Amino acid sequence: MALTARIQKRYGDFLLDVDFTAEDGAALALLGASGCGKSATLKCVAGIDRPDRGRIALDGRVLFDSAAGVNLPPQQRRVGFLFQSYALFPHMTVERNVAVCLGRMDKRRRRERTAELLALLHLEDQADLYPRQLSGGQQQRAALARILAAKPGVLLLDEPFSALDGFLKWQLEQELREVLERFPGPAVWVSHDRGEVYRNCSRVCVLEDGKSAPAASMAELMANPGTVAAARLSGCKNFAPVRPGPAPGLVEVPAWGLVLRAPWREGAAALGLRADRVRPEEAGAVNAFPCQVVRVTEDVSSVFAALRPEAASPGAPPLWMELAKGAWAALPDRERLWAAVRPEDLMLLK
Amino acid sequence: MDWFPLYNSIRIAAVSTVLVFFLGVFAAQAIARAPRLVKGVLDVVLTLPLVLPPTVVGWLLLLALGPRRPLGSWFLEAFGLRLAMTWQSGVFAAVAVSFPLMYRTARGAFESFDQTLAQAGRTLGLSNFYIFWRVQMPVCRQGILAGTVLAFARALGEYGATSMLAGYTPGRTATVSTTVYQLWRTGQDALAFRWVLVNLGISAAVLLAVNLLERKEGRSWP
Repeated sequence: MALTARIQKRYGDFLLDVDFTAEDGAALALLGASGCGKSATLKCVAGIDRPDRGRIALDGRVLFDSAAGVNLPPQQRRVGFLFQSYALFPHMTVERNVAVCLGRMDKRRRRERTAELLALLHLEDQADLYPRQLSGGQQQRAALARILAAKPGVLLLDEPFSALDGFLKWQLEQELREVLERFPGPAVWVSHDRGEVYRNCSRVCVLEDGKSAPAASMAELMANPGTVAAARLSGCKNFAPVRPGPAPGLVEVPAWGLVLRAPWREGAAALGLRADRVRPEEAGAVNAFPCQVVRVTEDVSSVFAALRPEAASPGAPPLWMELAKGAWAALPDRERLWAAVRPEDLMLLK
Repeated sequence: MDWFPLYNSIRIAAVSTVLVFFLGVFAAQAIARAPRLVKGVLDVVLTLPLVLPPTVVGWLLLLALGPRRPLGSWFLEAFGLRLAMTWQSGVFAAVAVSFPLMYRTARGAFESFDQTLAQAGRTLGLSNFYIFWRVQMPVCRQGILAGTVLAFARALGEYGATSMLAGYTPGRTATVSTTVYQLWRTGQDALAFRWVLVNLGISAAVLLAVNLLERKEGRSWP
């Protein structure tokens, strides 16, 4: 079973142009900064918005096809949509919120099925409460129970933790993953948080300015993001324009005044360097260069040092280096040092 | 004392409120989702009776419903029904005058209704009919109720358009407000005063009902 979507829609100046397939098993992540079209994509899949062009199919069932003139109403799509705000009906109890979405069935069966779903999501004690009396996590579980009641063929999760406090997220993430693991169909998880995606999704599709990149595994995205936007979303902190070096096998980074050993990649425009791949090194080692430490920021378990290569041009962005606290404390000189990057850690990006 | 005017006023207000409730709610629902230009034009047209003098509304209604006018004469011929100078004419007048109150309060309530609730309902397989009557209306009920009570109160006190369209026939079209005017005009001050007291009583009761409803609303669901 799979959800395939290839759609285009214009919203004023913004063009949404996405193409992805979500398959059974683990969730597909749509990863992007806010305003990149993630929620709009989900709305098109659910039938709340109508794309200008394209095709959406779920398990071979066509939900939307502009060429064939097919546009099923949301009621017939069987797409489970977890809204950011959960969208529980405020005037109904939790039990009733679930019961009204079960479709046609006799009274006894409806009561049994509602009880089953509430038990599945650990909401037995909240059955008679109204949504506003629930905590954020309980509201999310009630919304999930209601979605499962409607027997969807796919789950769409729109920033499922954006409405929750940080310390609650961890526990809720585990609970949501439990639901996803038990769910037989595909799922699409919209997020701007790479950690959340890394922990919960097997494949990731990066969205930038409404345009989707081909889906990749999270490991592939980390190793080879391809574009500056994808690299930034994958957590990369250092970027600078790049051009071919004076000889083959060399690349030049004018802003930092560096010529580094690395294979050139056709069409590359920027260099991405992960902060944890910049290491302190002996003078004269491969790709090593002298730097001044401009600023130091301590994080929970590591130290971020803003480096300025000695040959950097004025106004160049700092080069961030991330070191474990112990490693930082062990450095002989914490004001001037030699830093280096391995050739395979240089990410040449478009 | 002949209580017919009170009975007639309440009858007219009750029937017109039922009509205005549905008309106002449907107009509000249709226009809340209409494109901007259509919305602007229709909004002006539908709110006009609120700001026009009631006598102008009455005159316009007579233009359409009078016995020698197209609609009025057609009804008279086809059904033998007179649309003017009957108690039902009072209903037309009350509907025209109280409609904008219902329409505007309902539209305000619908515009502040969180559309994600309706969107969620649709993805969950609920029919648009169910979503409208069982989700949107209950969620907006405070505004809807306020509009209904206001429309009822306005219909109950309607004078200008009613006097033109239904006239004053004791025992047939007389309402509380037309009766007060008629009694004053004919110098029966004592009787007029009694009807004024009745009017004050009704108005106070309506306002009390609104206040009680609002207080109950506040704690209906947490």
